[in-house]
Amino acid sequence: MTKFAAMIWRFLLFLLGVGLLAFPLGARGDDIVIGEYGSLTGGTATFGTSTDEGVRLAMDQINAAGGVLGQPLRVVVEDDQSKPEAAVTAVQKLISEDHVVAVIGEVASSRSLAAAPICQRNHIPMLSPSSTNPKVTQVGNFIFRACFIDPFQGAAMANFAMKNDLGPKATKFAILYDVKNDYSVGLRQFFTETVKANGGQIVADESYGEGDIDFKAQLTNIEKASPDAIYVPGYYTEVGLICRQARDLGITVPLMGGDGWDSDKTFEIGRDAVNGCFFTNHYSPDEDSPRVKDFVAKFQAKYSAVPDAMAILGYDAMGMMADAIKRAGSTDGRAIRDALAHTQNYPGASGEITMDRHRNAEKPIVILKIENDHPHFVATVQPTASAAP
Amino acid sequence: MQQFLQQLINGLSIGAIYALIAVGYTMVYGVLRLINFAHGDVYMIGAMTGFYAATRWFHLAQPTWLGFFFVLICSMLVCGCLGFFIEMFAYRPLRNQPRIVSLITAIAVSMLLEFGGQAKWMFGPDPKPFPDLIPGVELHPDLLHMGDVVIGKVDTLIFAVTIAMMFALRYIVRETKMGLALRAVSYRFDTASLMGVNVNRVISFTFVLGSVMAATAGVLVGLRSPKVDPLMGLLPGLKAFIAAVLGGIGNIGGAVAGGLLLGITEAMVVSYVPRGSQYRDGVAFLVLIAILVVKPSGLFGRAAIDKV
Repeated sequence: MTKFAAMIWRFLLFLLGVGLLAFPLGARGDDIVIGEYGSLTGGTATFGTSTDEGVRLAMDQINAAGGVLGQPLRVVVEDDQSKPEAAVTAVQKLISEDHVVAVIGEVASSRSLAAAPICQRNHIPMLSPSSTNPKVTQVGNFIFRACFIDPFQGAAMANFAMKNDLGPKATKFAILYDVKNDYSVGLRQFFTETVKANGGQIVADESYGEGDIDFKAQLTNIEKASPDAIYVPGYYTEVGLICRQARDLGITVPLMGGDGWDSDKTFEIGRDAVNGCFFTNHYSPDEDSPRVKDFVAKFQAKYSAVPDAMAILGYDAMGMMADAIKRAGSTDGRAIRDALAHTQNYPGASGEITMDRHRNAEKPIVILKIENDHPHFVATVQPTASAAP
Repeated sequence: MQQFLQQLINGLSIGAIYALIAVGYTMVYGVLRLINFAHGDVYMIGAMTGFYAATRWFHLAQPTWLGFFFVLICSMLVCGCLGFFIEMFAYRPLRNQPRIVSLITAIAVSMLLEFGGQAKWMFGPDPKPFPDLIPGVELHPDLLHMGDVVIGKVDTLIFAVTIAMMFALRYIVRETKMGLALRAVSYRFDTASLMGVNVNRVISFTFVLGSVMAATAGVLVGLRSPKVDPLMGLLPGLKAFIAAVLGGIGNIGGAVAGGLLLGITEAMVVSYVPRGSQYRDGVAFLVLIAILVVKPSGLFGRAAIDKV
């Protein structure tokens, strides 16, 4: 190595050292620390960034109103790069180094499932804003969620498609799902069950992997089976492309999906191809209710963007957590857990939230139709009797 | 039959992309015996540059052919420079170190581009919608309709551009002085140097050429699948590497054949193997393992005794 290179290396090491030294000098006062882990980077980055925006909006409001138990709340956020294994390290760090009293996260069920056992083992309550796979809260009694679960979501879409007119009466469905994704695999199963129970059939069952950009091979198979509609329970990263490639191949039937579609990216990438498609979601920004209007106005004032479902659920999750700490009267993990479990009619922006005995929130679902590159409210489906655990 | 034809077209179009990237892998391996793992990310930078050129620099409102060529050339220039600097700063200082050092550096450069690209002040982690650059695609994406078989305009363009690039490359390698030097260096590195070939220049040239090919692939893939993000180079990079090994690494024609073959294989697996879509990526790696076991020199490579 030349002298010059060695000098550069020494300089870089010096910078690194300075960085490491400066880090723990950050503020550490009398505040209640809540951990948040999410995908701020990586494939599904808008999930994490939207949730974080919602969480911070809620934190600012709570702190402006005097905090909780007389102390301000502080959120420490860790990026998991959209990877389950990084979610594990993120949560470990939050618990062992930042000493958080509770954890908020994740959006993607795969990552919530990876990190939940660590929270459970350390008796730190974890509240997932928007992981819908039923297995997440089955990890243990410290794991909660602020949203509905996939058996309800898959059934709602199947019922809607078969009972409402998507054009001719739909009975034949094709499925294209992400085989690497717990959320997508779950939704496929629940959708299929409901379709079969209603006397319909699945004529094509194809899969893809996260990060794929070419779906024409699968879509060619689907086209051959001539379904009435195609169910694509994937994430926004792929569905825009899937819709476009379907239209390129001359497929005209509607595509349908779940809350993973909810990101501006779906409409930006899919453009014309996503018009006429449907998806199930947690809320609709054009829902005519004072709670939603109030939230949308506050969110727009702070971030000048229309909040998506991840943002509103992040906001509600933070609010529920603060509410639970308030009712618990302490920052002890068990006390917060008990308070969270007894959440009753919490007035969240996305609806009234009551925890059922499986630690899932019972909430209505909205069905949206994409028209003119924007989702529009079509119908609300109320939760039926508490779905199976 | 119609399904077979459609899958063949799907496979050829994605295979052409693999081929364009694979050429860069194989040329660099030819001269340096180095697997440049950052190559897939150069392709990503190509697509990203295309996106920024079209939307931010030139503000192309309407798709025109002129705009497309401007964007393509912009992307080639940026990637050419990137390839040049990657070689200059990351690989050249380590050329006399054990090969494993360069390999690890290649992985580091790859990660630098992937995760640096996700920083807010670079591209940000969000996927970006690549604009339409080809006139008439928005309304009529298909060029030809034969029964149910659709031949897309973009697919045709990808194939045509790939062929044109390959002929250009063939001309450069076979007919120019630089091409002669490149072949000499890849044949015997030290001897070429003793014969007065400026090895550094040849290596830089190889990186620039490979990166230009990757830039082309990036822009073309942006047109075909209009979603570009900082991690998009990961999987195509690996697939192109497999294609290069399949065709015989170090062999340019082999890389092209390997790319097309891999693209077609993937499409056919999805179509004709039950539940095949789950195994598409797996099959690509199976091909890699099979070729390494059965014929490590690749389909078109000649077995060479490695001088250790």
